[in-house]
Amino acid sequence: MSEGALVTQSPLGAVVVTGICGRLGRELSRVLHRTRKVIGIDRRAFVDPPGDIEHHQLDIRSHKAREVFRHGVAAVVHLGVMHDPHESSVEHHDFNVVGLQKVLEYVDVYKVPKLLLLSSANVYGPRPDNPQLIREDAPLLGAGPFSDIRDLVELDMLVNAFFWRNPGTETVILRPAHILGTVKNAPSNYLRLDVIPTLLGFDPMMQVVHQRDVIAAIELGLRPGVRGIFNIGGPEPLALSKAISVLGRRGVALPHTLAKAAVKNLFRFRLTTFPAPELDFIRYVCMVDDSKAKAELSYAPAYGLEATLRAVDEERWVA
Amino acid sequence: MQRNALARLSDVAQSTLPFLARVAQAASRAKDELRVRLLGEDFEERVRSLQRRYTTLGGDPFGFDPETARQAAMVVAVFHRLYFRTEVFGIEHVPPGRALLIANHSGQIPIDAAIIGSAMFYDARPPRVTRAMVEKWTATLPFVSAFFSRVGQVVGLQENAMRLLEMGELVLAFPEGMRAISKPFAQRYQLEPFGLGFMRLALRTQTPIVPVAVIGAEEQYLSFGNVEWAARALGLPSFPLVPQLLVPGGAMPLPTKYRLYFGEPMRFYGDPDDDDRIIGDKVWLVQQTINDLLRRGLRERRGVFL
Repeated sequence: MSEGALVTQSPLGAVVVTGICGRLGRELSRVLHRTRKVIGIDRRAFVDPPGDIEHHQLDIRSHKAREVFRHGVAAVVHLGVMHDPHESSVEHHDFNVVGLQKVLEYVDVYKVPKLLLLSSANVYGPRPDNPQLIREDAPLLGAGPFSDIRDLVELDMLVNAFFWRNPGTETVILRPAHILGTVKNAPSNYLRLDVIPTLLGFDPMMQVVHQRDVIAAIELGLRPGVRGIFNIGGPEPLALSKAISVLGRRGVALPHTLAKAAVKNLFRFRLTTFPAPELDFIRYVCMVDDSKAKAELSYAPAYGLEATLRAVDEERWVA
Repeated sequence: MQRNALARLSDVAQSTLPFLARVAQAASRAKDELRVRLLGEDFEERVRSLQRRYTTLGGDPFGFDPETARQAAMVVAVFHRLYFRTEVFGIEHVPPGRALLIANHSGQIPIDAAIIGSAMFYDARPPRVTRAMVEKWTATLPFVSAFFSRVGQVVGLQENAMRLLEMGELVLAFPEGMRAISKPFAQRYQLEPFGLGFMRLALRTQTPIVPVAVIGAEEQYLSFGNVEWAARALGLPSFPLVPQLLVPGGAMPLPTKYRLYFGEPMRFYGDPDDDDRIIGDKVWLVQQTINDLLRRGLRERRGVFL
């Protein structure tokens, strides 16, 4: 990894990580704190943080958050995006959009030289007429059927606008494919099921990326001089059925109409965390072309296909 | 009494078992012969050479699966060799490396694409996978979408075609589009206006175009016309009136004789973003070449089924 390079470029300023208490945030902070000061902001408490991490347990929308940015912050990594489908959409939207607006305001006012948003390939949306591998300049059509992704698309666009308005800040947007690992996101949770439901007659190609590869990409994005939007893919794409067989799980194919009705009701009774429109992710393709990240960031996924898929099972060993 | 019956049974067994074994042998020989006749001597070798290609490419992002393709090829062989008795002319014109096959489209269901794919697998040396550009609508159909991507079909978008050509693949496109496939019988072998997208693609990627004329597909289903309001109401791309469907067994296409004519590769130069009129002139050349191949094929054939 590029840690060696980072050390030689010292002194590196502090990096603020929002939403640091998520699984990915904690992993990221454990990597970043070796080379630079890490300041965390999250409403949640940071259990068992590395000693030199300064954690502020507060809402990013509160006044106190401003204080954190006041003194020589060199970079902001914004991971603080809530994706809890059971939360009310008002609270969801407010936390995500107002929270980001505050971050953008502080970055602007205190002249933070680097801003990195971890967006997602989901902003392109799974669609039957998607190109097999989507480039960065494609329209963000993911918002159509999904209210939760609508937030994410809005965040991506807000940061995009900020990129053009504030040339003084190096703004980076990363759009990774399905992140797998100890994280508790929808794709990892889905592949952790003992019996994996699929849609009868559909077997889309999927792209998965190991969480440590995403962290490596974030590190690359934090290097001085890097700016722009980058898709982050993982190892070579594979069919959903192949992923299930590699993991040694059992797949159960359901007709789409049946699956949709079932998931809708299960969701309503809080028996599943998957909202019904997300079924499109196992129906249509939503994969990204990451050649730009490979060329400009010299990003290269370190984890192979099998290691990436198997990473979802590591979750049971994590507190 | 019992011993007697047993003895007789063993007698019968002794005399008939060798006979049965011979029958079984003959049957398996006949099966092998049919297999060789259908699939050719080097079927497995052809499959392996395709597998090797995609292994060296590091997998196919479009989801081509050699095992599914192998089974599909065995089924299509029955149609290719026995049912439609395809004759292939000029397949050696298809250059190695990337190329764009441009063909006339017809026949209510895209059997023509399957037969072209089959010819490129069974009759071309070395075998090639034909990546046909299919209608976006098929991606929403269960089974069809999964099957198409496993046998190498790709949703018809410029980006996808470009990526395939950059991989050095053989891309098949029908620039007449859906209009042509649901043509009524009266308009057989009359080309619909070509779209311009394929020419821009060829110019942009410097890809040779191989014109292909398919003869035989246009007579496989006799359609009296396309009921557009019914198609719209059912959300289908077309709703052809095909009376043969009412006859028992009429769902099968008529066993017309297929002829595929591959023309010499055509190379075009110029600005891919040129005016429609300039691109249209180049497209016209391709269309005329296919038309000529069609006329030649129609002249040479003795009958629809012969």
